[in-house]
Amino acid sequence: MRILVVGGGTGGTILANNLARRLSAETDSGKVRLTMLSASDRHMYQPGLLYVAFGQMSPDQLYRDQASLLEPAIEFHVDPVEQFQLDQNRVKTASGKIHEYDMLVIATGSRMVPNETPGLTEGAEFFYTEESAMKMFRRLREFQGGKVAIVVGLPHKCPIAPVEVTFSLHDYFKSRGIRDKVQIKYYYPINRIHSIENVAKWATPEFKRIGVEYETLFNMREVDVENKIVKSEEGSEAHYDLLIAIPEHRGMEVIERDKLGEDGWIPTDRQKLSMVGHDNVFVLGDTTNLPVSKTGSAAHFEAEVLAENMASIVKIGTPVRDYDGKVYCFIEAGHDRATYAMFNYFNPPDLKPPSKPMHWFKVAYNQMYWTSVRGLL
Amino acid sequence: MSESKIVDACNTYCPGPLMELITHMKRAKVGDVLELLSTDKGSANDVPEWVTKAGHDMLGSEKVGEVWHIKVRKAR
Ligand SMILES: Cc1cc2nc3c(=O)[nH]c(=O)nc-3n(C[C@H](O)[C@H](O)[C@H](O)COP(=O)(O)OP(=O)(O)OC[C@H]3O[C@@H](n4cnc5c(N)ncnc54)[C@H](O)[C@@H]3O)c2cc1C
Repeated sequence: MRILVVGGGTGGTILANNLARRLSAETDSGKVRLTMLSASDRHMYQPGLLYVAFGQMSPDQLYRDQASLLEPAIEFHVDPVEQFQLDQNRVKTASGKIHEYDMLVIATGSRMVPNETPGLTEGAEFFYTEESAMKMFRRLREFQGGKVAIVVGLPHKCPIAPVEVTFSLHDYFKSRGIRDKVQIKYYYPINRIHSIENVAKWATPEFKRIGVEYETLFNMREVDVENKIVKSEEGSEAHYDLLIAIPEHRGMEVIERDKLGEDGWIPTDRQKLSMVGHDNVFVLGDTTNLPVSKTGSAAHFEAEVLAENMASIVKIGTPVRDYDGKVYCFIEAGHDRATYAMFNYFNPPDLKPPSKPMHWFKVAYNQMYWTSVRGLL
Repeated sequence: MSESKIVDACNTYCPGPLMELITHMKRAKVGDVLELLSTDKGSANDVPEWVTKAGHDMLGSEKVGEVWHIKVRKAR
């Protein structure tokens, strides 16, 4: 039995390690072969980028050597897939190699596509890649005051990031002693300030308390870089001196190119996590089209369910569990307080008041992540 | 008359039905009809508010069992 995992990020790594442990007898005896293909020899802890953008973490702290995170039974190659040939149960990689499989897992993640919004790349600062987070930090350091606008594209990974970056901006300018020279305004696509109703209910008075203005039903159409204006689909305008954007996201190009899913989002069964129409192909994390938030947390819980199911398919010929849509998200409410949201397909998140211990738990999790992707937590 | 495309946002809290609809509307062509399925009672008000503000057409909204079926046409 050949199991191929494409993507060595949060979802792919947790799945492969969990599976390797469950199937150790089978890999030792050669009955099962477990292979991972990824695009990088390094693994990035992406949530750390938000700290990089505020000078609280340096980029090198975000990385580990991917091979060091994997169980020895996993054969690992840095050789990205360039073609998915699902009808022949095989993939072709950048080096020209063909990998055949009996079961395939696709966990290639998502990427921001700021170029989809005219003017956004030139006009805005981002924190969704190492390079952009460093650039944003330099820009923040230089900023002496004026209008800061936070704008949000759809869809995007980490839905809590717009709120977190807003609290962080407030704390950052306050710590520099220039908060009174900065007007912060937050623009959001739907009719409340966060997709999760309870988060919106909690954050609205918090914004008021710290003097953050907001406008809802604002979907970016284009940025007039010269005049520093963002124009919305709804006909309104955001004026800025400093523009912070959470750009629209897509899945990876290869997913779109090979027509696995529109915009790179692969049609995925909500409970089984199989690719619709392909019983031996499974999908994890950001690249699914599931109506759950694109978070490491969702990728983690999906990976645990899928590892158990794939191991059961090998051992007893059938999956044993359904994914219930579980997500658990930390929410940083500034630089010293945090809360969290936990929910699934059927239970909405209930929000506790932010506290200092929760913030320290998140700081600890930033390190515990490495234990978590090894599948130990 | 184009066939409607289903956007199934039942039992989802994040990103939620309206965000799913906006995402799909952006990629649709002018004249396309989208039918949003939602179990969120808020959708019956939230969705028309955005559709009107963004200048699209509301074609109808009805509750079948526990599910709201909201039909929208991309107008611009
Ligand atoms: C600024 C920021 C803050 C965030 N904060 C949080 C947070 O607080 N909480 C939370 O839960 N999540 C957070 N996230 C989101 C989280 O990081 C992602 O949702 C998560 O990493 C998704 O996991 P994944 O396995 O789907 O994809 P990824 O972890 O992105 O991994 C994708 C993998 O696929 C590989 N790959 C790509 N193309 C190919 C190819 N063609 N062939 C082979 N391999 C390929 C890549 O090299 C990579 O290893 C944040 C993200 C960002 C950017």
